[in-house]
Amino acid sequence: MTTLDSAATDLATETGSASTRSIARSLRRLEPGLVLAWAVIVLVIAWALAPALFTGYSAVDGVAAAKLQAPSAAHWLGTDQLGRDLLARIIYGSINSLSGALAAVAVGLIVGTGLGLVAGSVGGRGEDAIMRVVDVLLSIPGLLLSLSIIIILGFGAVNAAIAVGVTSIANFARLARAEVVRVRRTDYVEAAFGSGGTFRSVLVRHILPNSLTSVLAFAALQFGNAILSISTLGFLGYGAPPPTPEWGLLIAEGRNYIASAWWLTSFPGIVVVVVVLAANRISRAIRKAGQ
Amino acid sequence: MSLDLLDPPATAATIPVLEVDGLTVSYHDGADWHKVVHGVSFAVAPGEVVALVGESGSGKTSTAQAIIGLLPDNGRADRGTIRLNGTDIAGWPDKRLDAIRGKTISLVPQDPGSSLNPVKTIGDQLGEILRIHGWRDRNAIAARSIELLAKVGLSDPELRMRQYPHELSGGMKQRVLIAIAIALEPSLIIADEPTSALDVTVQRRILDLIDDLRREIGTAVLLVTHDLGVAADRADRLIVLQDGRIKEAGPTAGILTAPQDAYTRRLLADAPSLSAPAVQRRAPDAAADIAVTVENLVQDFDLPGTRKSFRAVDGVSFSVPRGTTHALVGESGSGKTTTVRTVVGFQRPTSGRITIAGTELGGLRGEALRQLRRKIQLVYQNPFGSLDPRQSVLGIVEEPLRNYQPVAADVRTKKASGLLERVGLGPELWKRRPRALSGGQRQRVAIARALVLDPEILVLDEAVSALDVTVQAQILALLAELQRELGLTYLFVSHDLAVVRQISDTVSVLKAGRQVEAGTVETVFHHPFDAYTRELIDAIPGRRLSGRAPVQKEPSA
Repeated sequence: MTTLDSAATDLATETGSASTRSIARSLRRLEPGLVLAWAVIVLVIAWALAPALFTGYSAVDGVAAAKLQAPSAAHWLGTDQLGRDLLARIIYGSINSLSGALAAVAVGLIVGTGLGLVAGSVGGRGEDAIMRVVDVLLSIPGLLLSLSIIIILGFGAVNAAIAVGVTSIANFARLARAEVVRVRRTDYVEAAFGSGGTFRSVLVRHILPNSLTSVLAFAALQFGNAILSISTLGFLGYGAPPPTPEWGLLIAEGRNYIASAWWLTSFPGIVVVVVVLAANRISRAIRKAGQ
Repeated sequence: MSLDLLDPPATAATIPVLEVDGLTVSYHDGADWHKVVHGVSFAVAPGEVVALVGESGSGKTSTAQAIIGLLPDNGRADRGTIRLNGTDIAGWPDKRLDAIRGKTISLVPQDPGSSLNPVKTIGDQLGEILRIHGWRDRNAIAARSIELLAKVGLSDPELRMRQYPHELSGGMKQRVLIAIAIALEPSLIIADEPTSALDVTVQRRILDLIDDLRREIGTAVLLVTHDLGVAADRADRLIVLQDGRIKEAGPTAGILTAPQDAYTRRLLADAPSLSAPAVQRRAPDAAADIAVTVENLVQDFDLPGTRKSFRAVDGVSFSVPRGTTHALVGESGSGKTTTVRTVVGFQRPTSGRITIAGTELGGLRGEALRQLRRKIQLVYQNPFGSLDPRQSVLGIVEEPLRNYQPVAADVRTKKASGLLERVGLGPELWKRRPRALSGGQRQRVAIARALVLDPEILVLDEAVSALDVTVQAQILALLAELQRELGLTYLFVSHDLAVVRQISDTVSVLKAGRQVEAGTVETVFHHPFDAYTRELIDAIPGRRLSGRAPVQKEPSA
């Protein structure tokens, strides 16, 4: 949850430091799309934290008599071939997809930003060495890289998350390095060295805070992509094993009944799309706020 | 030549080119409209140069933008008429204005660096205005473009046509922008601070060019400037603006000799080229110990991709007695900034000796260099870039104290707040971020940060060049006061000789990395022996003012 939370506190301190008048003004200026995006993310997080509050059905135990039912008042999104409520499975599945995406973003954010920060700060040979490794990483197609890593590490939800995370390391590293190089050239960084700052103190006080906004925006964007990638791996069968209600797996399982039970693939698919779009929208807002 | 494109009314000689009446401009900041121009009225006759003068925030640029219909998205002209050759164009939609922009009225923008499209050639951009206004024949456009580039004094116009903006210097870019502005021989050119970003010598040449072109094609010019010296030299009439209101208007000579308004008098007093030195300078005491010595400094830079190197500084020597100010003067590219960056230890000299407060800089690295930095501090040219946008004012000033031996938080805060008070920033500003401060306030913060370590030497790299005359005068007065009280030694870098004359005891003139002249301010200014020094002194704007009785801030000998 670190990424989203720190982004949220960032936004909160922005408004918090302003006067009440400007809070009222920013409320009036709120963009409906952004509010909706946050609402979607908050709802999905709530699903992940307390699924029992949102549905009375079980995610794994079905009622054989009620199999493959179309959406109705009793089962809002219908049931699957084992008579399990689809909505319940999506709700209980959110924890798998979200935690997987968060772990993936965390891997990319920490390793990638770390590499980029070091590369941008030290410069010279060290920078060249790191960035060439990153270029190699970037040249391998993402899905291929994920699959290779999963095959080395073995199947499973955690490994799928790590595999997705590794593919974003290169992007995080490039972005972080570019930002650091930009900030490093500014007068205030030189002034900080000029007033006796050591390498470490300047890095922590000036370079890191000023290069982080773009990285955070990218992390939010990457969060959406990670959900998509993890669902892809789940769909291909490399992720969490059945009967885990992971979103990608739900779509894969529903595929067998696509002719008779359209809801089994459509609704999980729509949920994935909506969450990814919401993450993208929030990412754009963070980037804008940082400018 | 293309007279058919111009359509001045038959009565052009009798009615003004531009007549602004009761113009009011407001800006929107999310919730409210703030008025920045309050009912400004004036007129510009054909062929006349009228200067709008005032400090930043006086509404001069807003007025100019409103006339040509280029106010930012959050701005609007509420009231008033803008008659161009007798036609009221206030409230015209953009589409309609497009037909007259460039043709009847044109703009020379402020910053030549960002006003040209970096991915298009000069020829394309110059041809564009002709195409927009109906020229179709490619050969005719090319021929006219070359003619225009030659007219604005660019060498080798055929070559320039194929070049991109980054291949041109600032002065050359401004010439291209002027060529674009005069392409269709408009009846009015609005020049918005056309030379503020340029060196004095380049500034003089550009203003001469505008003058010549005006005489040649009879265009009227509305010159927007904060520099009263420039306005005095170039304008027929002055309009002095403050807080969006006209304080005084009339013929230039009349206003300069007998200013009616208190604000005009202050502007006159603050203009550095016009007033006597702010404080009586002491003659450097030969017996005083030397704070900074630079001997035969040479600085080479490797040219990337080649084995050659470029010599930015070539054999510069000077010494600065403690408690005095030494100025380094020259155009951009003369090596003055390179020199001071070497002196503060940001780069290692190729050869030469630098001694700071008795310590030789040459062998110092790492920790020893860091310790020496307590004694010598740098204040940057651009107060917008030298302060971390994420730190508070107090945090910025405290930071240097955190870099050396531990100082308790409350001691730090006390010291920093004391200095902020000292440079004239009250407690209500201490929690703000730099973006909520004006340019002058930011430069005060930068000075406070430089002083918090109690240095002996302050290096000021164009520290007042980005500021308005009034703010500039205040900062210079502050610097003089701090020097008197704290016994500071200043190394002052500037391209503005008028400022140098006010604050310095000794001066070195640099040209292309070489030291062409050095000596006391008196000697260099009154008896320059080098032709380049004379050229620099001649380029100081405000000659027309110097002839009259000087405005003095305090009685001095």
